[in-house]
Amino acid sequence: MTLTEFIFGRLTWAAIPIHEPILIGTFAAVAVMGVVLLGSMTYFRMWGPFWKNWVVSIDHKKIGIMYMVLGIVMLLRGFADALMMRLQQTMAFDGGEGYLNAHHYDQIFTAHGVIMIFFVAMPFVTGLMNFIMPLQIGARDVAFPFLNNFSFWMTVGGAVLTMLSLFIGEFAQTGWLAFPPLSGIGASPSTGVDYYIWGLQVAGVGTTLSGINLLVTIVKMRAPGMTMTKMPIFCWTALCTNILIVASFPILTAVLVLLTLDRYVGTNFFTADLGGNPMMYVNLIWIWGHPEVYILILPLFGVFSEVVSTFSGKRLFGYTSMIYATVVITILSYLVWLHHFFTMGSGASVNSFFGITTMIISIPTGAKIFNWLFTMYKGRIRFELPMYWVIAFMITFTVGGMTGVLLAVPPADFVLHNSLFLVAHFHNVIIGGVVFGVFAGINYWFPKAFGFKLNEFWGKVSFWGWVLGYWFTFTPLYVMGLMGVTRRMRAFDDPSLAPWMYCAMFGVTLVAIGIAAFLIQIGVSILQRDKLRDLTGDPWNGRTLEWATSSPPPSYNFAFTPVVYDIDTWHDMKQKKYERPAEGYKPIHMPRSTEAGVILAGLATICGFALIWYMWWLAALSFVALIAYAIFHTYNRDRDFYITAEEVAETEAARTKLLASQV
Amino acid sequence: MSTVTLPKDGAFHLTEEPHHPEGASTLLGFYIYLMSDCLIFSVLFATYAVLGGAYAAGPGPKELFDLDLIAVNTAMLLFSSITYGFAMLAMQRHNSKQVIGWLLVTAVFGACFLAIELYEFHHLIHEGAGPQRSAFLSAFFLLVGTHGLHVTFGMLWLFTLVFQVRKFGLTAAMQRRLSCLSLFWHFLDVIWIGVFSFVYLVRMV
Repeated sequence: MTLTEFIFGRLTWAAIPIHEPILIGTFAAVAVMGVVLLGSMTYFRMWGPFWKNWVVSIDHKKIGIMYMVLGIVMLLRGFADALMMRLQQTMAFDGGEGYLNAHHYDQIFTAHGVIMIFFVAMPFVTGLMNFIMPLQIGARDVAFPFLNNFSFWMTVGGAVLTMLSLFIGEFAQTGWLAFPPLSGIGASPSTGVDYYIWGLQVAGVGTTLSGINLLVTIVKMRAPGMTMTKMPIFCWTALCTNILIVASFPILTAVLVLLTLDRYVGTNFFTADLGGNPMMYVNLIWIWGHPEVYILILPLFGVFSEVVSTFSGKRLFGYTSMIYATVVITILSYLVWLHHFFTMGSGASVNSFFGITTMIISIPTGAKIFNWLFTMYKGRIRFELPMYWVIAFMITFTVGGMTGVLLAVPPADFVLHNSLFLVAHFHNVIIGGVVFGVFAGINYWFPKAFGFKLNEFWGKVSFWGWVLGYWFTFTPLYVMGLMGVTRRMRAFDDPSLAPWMYCAMFGVTLVAIGIAAFLIQIGVSILQRDKLRDLTGDPWNGRTLEWATSSPPPSYNFAFTPVVYDIDTWHDMKQKKYERPAEGYKPIHMPRSTEAGVILAGLATICGFALIWYMWWLAALSFVALIAYAIFHTYNRDRDFYITAEEVAETEAARTKLLASQV
Repeated sequence: MSTVTLPKDGAFHLTEEPHHPEGASTLLGFYIYLMSDCLIFSVLFATYAVLGGAYAAGPGPKELFDLDLIAVNTAMLLFSSITYGFAMLAMQRHNSKQVIGWLLVTAVFGACFLAIELYEFHHLIHEGAGPQRSAFLSAFFLLVGTHGLHVTFGMLWLFTLVFQVRKFGLTAAMQRRLSCLSLFWHFLDVIWIGVFSFVYLVRMV
């Protein structure tokens, strides 16, 4: 071993993809944008405030917003992958090779899946829960505020590792779940799968800890009077989601450890020889993977419930049945994993069991759809932006649900397994459910987070771009899937498929318009913020506690701990003509910011990078540093402080003045 | 929450800030963390159940395991749990000297456990029965090794607490940390009972 090999492991100049013009172009663009961003931050002297107010902040609201920003940034990356795949499939027919070689194309579809699930959908969901849930239960922060900051930076660390693979080395070419033996060291000797493994492991620690954190918050920190059956539905869905996170992410961690050992140590868990069993990987990863899709969708069911009830001006129909439906889905999500691989050949009885449990899930889900419809029935419906997304969701998601039941029939699945029909199905539920829900949530709670509404015109452009774009893109995929076209193909022999591909390309262009319009919507809204300003803190005539405080809420959320008597607490308070107290403020006990989270996560990310490139000395060093710093942090006893009663009085008086100026 | 009485007049806020004892949620949070850790072990147990018979024409449990050694090893870990219990009793009596003493005794038992485990691993690898030999051995080394790794971290944590008890005394925060480690240590004991019966005993019959 030479000294360079010792220092850099297997990292050489060959790992820099200078022969790939697309990547060089991307790198140039990213570098220019990065320099502009960092330069302007330096010019406007924003580093200090950025560090102090955001990076080290343990305020759940700021962490929630940072999660959302991470999701939006990664959405752009994941969507760029989608555009490239669509373009390739539009070009590669009848001997045509398109513009992407197989090596590059296979990385793109893998990265698209990994990024969209782990670094777009997950941050969005966690961000919404982080921001909204503590406000809805009348808490000052989450149960473990420091852990919350650490979880966020671990998620960022995972995203950084995944993005690094673009410019240093390569990403996995295995599909988003990296099934062995393809992901084993024999078939994938390069760094791709290792980027995948360590990116997910670093982010996974963050997700698990954040799950524990939010779970304890809901159990322990609800306002007095808020019994479990007086909790807003969004909090119920958040509770079930976090139970699912805590009870499924450890499985992902464990199964990735097994894969890691196969690759690094030469064990035989999933190898095809010496007794290994690749199908065990498929089983284990789907035991995590199926609950994962409910982790993504359940909080958005909560969002839709809040939005429907607010904009129909009515209490949610069937509150109790909504809770039962959510809990039943939570439990059933563990009993269906095998439907992802009926073709494994486990026999008729096993396949029937999993087919039937899968179909049963549509019952509680259907109950929810009816609950939302009955909430709207005879309501005074206001068609504001969030409500647009709800309507689009109900129509789109129902179709996705029905194709899901179709796929749950094992004989049908034998025909449709790994076809474009499947691809269309899960995009139907993830875009139609998760993405539409996230946009409903962003449009609904943006005024709470920033104190002004989002621009309506660009919101509608974004809405129609996404909704029409979804249907134009994925309807052709359903059709082609029924005709037997399989997924993850780089080129096609049959030129008669071309029109369908063109249609899908048109659709994805519409989605691009939708995404661009969303970014413009945010930009325009910031420019017009004085016109869109909301001083009341309750722009939509909301019903739950988050609307009781100012927008944006003060760091302590509520000057006095609220007391809850009803499911729709804020509505109840307004009915009973609640008056904000103007005096008698007490000092408020708050947790103190700490840089420990970002430092620990940074060390973990370095450790991951070192392991990917076999830089053993760096891996050992950063790991020891990680442990040492964690121990050092336990010596820090300066963890909290009091916001003085005068400061609270000042903040609240300013709000009283603002509210008075409104009348 | 249950400690707070709701205002009788139906007011929508409390006039006094309710008292939240610092770290009131820590034990619940740590317990949930342990349950997630338990799931990691359950995956490893399941892996061992599936692959435990895949010897790949290599050695099986009967040729490899020395039950007498494992019995001594199990005793070490069980004794360490008892002595940790004594440390917690001393904590109840606010006797920090005794707490440190019992923690150190616990550490000695823990170190014996790890030493015997390392000896066993070394012996197996030396005989050509390393984790690469067969899926059975991969699953065995991973399950037992993960438990050993947990004990190692527990030891590191234990020594950290010994230093901190000396420095800070038995403050509320230190009592909480000692309770968390107590949960962790007993949890590892329970896992080991599973390992001992499921990995060593069952396959020997």
